[in-house]
Amino acid sequence: MSVLVDENTRLAVAGITGREGSFHTLNNRNYGTNVVGGVTPGKGGQDVEGIPVFDSWEQAAEEVQPNTAMIFVPPRFAADSILEAASAGVELVIAITEGIPAHDEMRVYNTLKRDHSGTRLIGPNCPGILSPGKANVGIIPASFFKQGNVGVVSRSGTLTYQIGNEIAQAGFGCSSIVGIGGDPVPGSSFVDVLELFQADDQTELIVLSGEIGGSAEEEAAQYIAERVTKPVVAYIAGFTAPAGKQMGHAGAIISGTAGTAAAKAQALEAKGVRVGRTPTEVAENAVEVIGGTSLAAP
Amino acid sequence: MDLLEYQGKQLFARHGLRVSSGEPVTTVEDAVRVAGEVGYPVVVKAQVLIGGRGKAGGVKLAAGEAEVREHAGNILGMDIHGHTVRTLWIEHASDIATEYYASVLLDRSAKRPLVMFSVEGGVDIEEVAENTPEKLIRRHVDALDGITRAEAVEMATDGGADADVIDGVADALVALYEVWLEEDATLAEINPLIVTPDREVKALDAKVSLDGNALYRHPENQELSDSQNEDPIERRAKEEGVQYVKLDGDIGILGNGAGLVMSTLDVVAQAGGAPANFLDAGGGSDAEKIKQAVQLILANDAVKAVLFNIFGGITRCDEVARGLIAAFADLKPTVPFVVRLDGTNDVAGRELLQEAALPNVYAARTMNEAAEKVVALAAAR
Repeated sequence: MSVLVDENTRLAVAGITGREGSFHTLNNRNYGTNVVGGVTPGKGGQDVEGIPVFDSWEQAAEEVQPNTAMIFVPPRFAADSILEAASAGVELVIAITEGIPAHDEMRVYNTLKRDHSGTRLIGPNCPGILSPGKANVGIIPASFFKQGNVGVVSRSGTLTYQIGNEIAQAGFGCSSIVGIGGDPVPGSSFVDVLELFQADDQTELIVLSGEIGGSAEEEAAQYIAERVTKPVVAYIAGFTAPAGKQMGHAGAIISGTAGTAAAKAQALEAKGVRVGRTPTEVAENAVEVIGGTSLAAP
Repeated sequence: MDLLEYQGKQLFARHGLRVSSGEPVTTVEDAVRVAGEVGYPVVVKAQVLIGGRGKAGGVKLAAGEAEVREHAGNILGMDIHGHTVRTLWIEHASDIATEYYASVLLDRSAKRPLVMFSVEGGVDIEEVAENTPEKLIRRHVDALDGITRAEAVEMATDGGADADVIDGVADALVALYEVWLEEDATLAEINPLIVTPDREVKALDAKVSLDGNALYRHPENQELSDSQNEDPIERRAKEEGVQYVKLDGDIGILGNGAGLVMSTLDVVAQAGGAPANFLDAGGGSDAEKIKQAVQLILANDAVKAVLFNIFGGITRCDEVARGLIAAFADLKPTVPFVVRLDGTNDVAGRELLQEAALPNVYAARTMNEAAEKVVALAAAR
């Protein structure tokens, strides 16, 4: 198995007619993902290389029954598109869009929780999800990954590629790579994805890649101690980031002492999770654990 | 995006929070004029985005014109923890009976708004939270419905506000929530929230952070960023839409993706170097954008060597190589570059660089190797 996306994925894409949207949708289809439709208001009836476009999520749901939505529309339309997909009954929404206002993210998160508890949101501001050999939904460059038993969950995109590539070069593959995004209010947290990897047969080791800001890594540490029996290795970016400066991701901002890389690494290490100091060291730790004898619970 | 005190107070006033009348000024003459208009005594307050202004001598009371001249003259141009004072806020001095504290922020962990109130105002609120947590009332309110008037009254009561100002404090909490919500703030804080001898509840200070991603729906707030106090290279980067943060070291850094760039800073530091900047060239950078980024990095005179760390996903390594070649043709940099290209079109990118044979450009195959190389090159200069 793998988590969230696989050969049963039926993908529809909001923003499929845009430049980035169409490029990545077709990339995903070339990889083997079953792309069943697209949504662009006002362009219903058109098609993108044979993929039918609908005016609304409701219409797409009725005509082609997507179970997965990818959101590629500009920030100011993204929140409503996510909620519309959820209203139409789509179970998994993956929002790639970067730059959605934090208040919108909070509204989306809480509306989903209240009105659409059957829909899971991944992102926004994330690279998507890749289950090697099965499906790719998003912008993760699939050629660097092969199928295997390492589950990767990360707040950063390119850093995921870096770590995944090092794991691949060491001869190991991945069950799924899940980018949860670096924004202040992500739809899914480390804890949500850890729960999935813990339950997934194919996944034998979990790599968690975090960064400064917020408390998601600390919460993950607690959850790992209580619920995760599979080995977990981790990486935290931002040890040298100065306090109070924003480093690109909206999430990557630290104020005061909480949320620093050191505090996060300490929280994870206190629960027995090895934290690599470089991406290379993370891959080495992963390989050591998975290649060695300690595949049982730590 | 952090606002200066006076900008925060202007937002407060727009939403019905009481603030003293005043005006921002940049010269001693204007300070004197405004003081005359708002009436003595006045407070002369340095406008900088850093705490500890008072202790540093950046906040002074003035009873008359001579004192305003003296204080304004002293404070303008003053350095407060690395921030140069270019703007003063002059307001009529308030009589203070009691000092409270109030704030609204986005609690990322709870994914809901958190409203806080304390009767222990005018001091470091983190100390109150640490030493007397029972004196800091914290309440998560419904993210979709917001704070109700009844909740605000309850917070003021539970927090121990004087009985005759419960209504005033509740009004302030509701108004502060409105500021936070309607201005797309991530933080709106008043410390102190004062009660005057005639029992008026007023914001004596303002700390507001706005969400830069939401500025498109607040055109009136676009101009609020503190461009005067910003580093000139950071300001230029912002205009060009490049994510650049200046740091104290001497190794220029360019990467793609915030996480990878942060990781690059860490790896360089571990190799014994000191990064001169954070620069995220972003996804899908073309040659022109890369050239622009090189210009920004080299605008910092402290830079002795530059590291390119690219893992191409959307970004194509051949475009990065073309950008670097174009930058060399135009800028003729005198510092060495170490370039690590991996990911989409990496082979083509490396070939382009090899053919161009740029002076002082070294290729590295891994991130660690690249970091060690660039640290050694910087140290040798």
